[in-house]
Amino acid sequence: MRPLLEVENLSVAFDTDEGTVGAVDAIDLDVRRGEILGLVGESGSGKSVTALAVFRLIRPPGRIAGGSIRFDGRDLLALPEEEMRRIRGAQIAMVFQSPRTALNPVLPVGRQIARLYRLHQGCSAAEARRRTLEMLGLVGIPEPERRARDYAHQLSGGMCQRVMIAMALATSPRLLLADEPTTGLDVSIAAQILDLLRDLGRRTGASIVLITHDLGVVAGLCDRVAVMHAGQLVECADVRSLFREPAHPYTRALVRSIPRVDREVTMEPVPGVVPSLLDAPPGCRYADRCPDVLDVCRTVKPARSARARDHEVACYATEAARVAAPRG
Amino acid sequence: MSTLVSASAERVATRRAAVAWRRVRRNTLSLLALGAILTIIGLALAAPLVAPYDPDAPQAEETLQAPGWRHWLGTDIYGRDQLSRIVWAARVDLLVALAATAMALTTGCVLGALAGYRGGLVDQVVMRLVDTIMAFPAFILAMGITAAAGNATANVVVAIAITHVPIYTRLIRSEMLRVREMEYAEAARTVGNRQRRIIFFHLLPNCFPPVIVQATLAMGFAILTVAALSFIGLGIQPPQSEWGAMAAEGASYIVSGEWWIFLFPGLAIMVTVLAFNLVGDSLRDLLDPRMRGVA
Repeated sequence: MRPLLEVENLSVAFDTDEGTVGAVDAIDLDVRRGEILGLVGESGSGKSVTALAVFRLIRPPGRIAGGSIRFDGRDLLALPEEEMRRIRGAQIAMVFQSPRTALNPVLPVGRQIARLYRLHQGCSAAEARRRTLEMLGLVGIPEPERRARDYAHQLSGGMCQRVMIAMALATSPRLLLADEPTTGLDVSIAAQILDLLRDLGRRTGASIVLITHDLGVVAGLCDRVAVMHAGQLVECADVRSLFREPAHPYTRALVRSIPRVDREVTMEPVPGVVPSLLDAPPGCRYADRCPDVLDVCRTVKPARSARARDHEVACYATEAARVAAPRG
Repeated sequence: MSTLVSASAERVATRRAAVAWRRVRRNTLSLLALGAILTIIGLALAAPLVAPYDPDAPQAEETLQAPGWRHWLGTDIYGRDQLSRIVWAARVDLLVALAATAMALTTGCVLGALAGYRGGLVDQVVMRLVDTIMAFPAFILAMGITAAAGNATANVVVAIAITHVPIYTRLIRSEMLRVREMEYAEAARTVGNRQRRIIFFHLLPNCFPPVIVQATLAMGFAILTVAALSFIGLGIQPPQSEWGAMAAEGASYIVSGEWWIFLFPGLAIMVTVLAFNLVGDSLRDLLDPRMRGVA
């Protein structure tokens, strides 16, 4: 079956006075129906920008510089604005990083959700209200009638995130983009929120893209993982292979940087810093941090090649090693 | 040791008391100002009930009476009761100022919100327009407009509104520049709201706090402008009673000793404008957390 979301060769650039910042550099990414895909990378690797590009909400000075985004076979970049607007919130929804600031401070939270039923499903005010309360109950908010009248500042962080999730799932979207949904929450609340996301995703059959820099979360929740570095997609694999046989040097470094309590493994930070994306040179953007760097890495961007079923990597060094010593 | 502790405790207590006193005093002043505004509005609304005489009826036998029991604030050259005229004039002054402020606020909100949110060409056009208005001294511009358009009350309202539009436009625009980058703005976009709704329903209310302060202060300034325009004969026309016009009539009688004709309308203007300014200032303190606890 055709993937729900097909991102092909997508580039997003920001035009600044100093030059062009290539925030996303020709990435390919598929999101399959009903799966949870982890999108992983350091801060500034282009994860959130990719998500906004799917909504076609990159604002100037940013622009989508090339590529295509297909949602259920429809080319989102070619749709008229009015149709795109009907897809936003109804078919593709977003959960934000800091729920407290993502809820409008001057509107009661219930009204913000009810609004969606009226906007996308043409519900009457009473019907929208009824469904809002039902949805608030579903995401585990006690006393929905009372909470619906509260403002964001009257709710705890965890509650805000539940409201945010209720809002995102209100209209049963088919794709949910969750941008670091647990960053501002303490660990126990974060776990509850992630469970909630998974359960609701399963129940509604929605695909979820979980944007995070926390590999622990990915391991526990996702079906597949895509790893981004400095705007490039370096590796994409199912969770198992990614953690067992990370192929790209960056992924290997990331996996080694996970703190472990169950094994005697020293935790190693990823060496170097994310390179500047301002007029970035051609080639692999990990080259300057990479222990296995080859000459070709700096001049030509490596194409992605399949390493195994459901495991693709874009790296010359890895590819060369695999060809030289095929595993058998 | 114990004396040291009690001495420093005493100092802390004194300082706290001083801070508390300053707060109360400031609040007393704002409360008084608020009370003054409410009283003036109340008097204006109840003018027919409160005014002891017909404000426009000349009484030949009562001309130029000094303040006394029959006429608390005296009478003017036509024998009209000053108190009645001042109370009726409050209606005109407040209504014109309020209408002008409302008109300027509405226009400023729409222009500022669009300029701030959209940026680009819209921003350029709106802001250059605003710059053009601001290139004229506000009062001269208001004078010019009423002089050119004819001094009907509606024209006075429009003239004052035009001179006030830039204040609100710039304020809303700068707030909008901040608010549009907020995550809730992004969220409003991702759920498929129309742009118009995002701007005016989701974001504009978040720009309001400083605007409320500005509107209160500008209200006082608008009253001053109405009075000033009328004082020089370009605003509200006689025989309609209006504070500025009354003060103008009285000004020529100061030398001959009939001070009350000028003084009381002048006081009315001063007290009203001062009250709006005080309330505006304390609103700013209330709404701006950085100012809390200061002064």
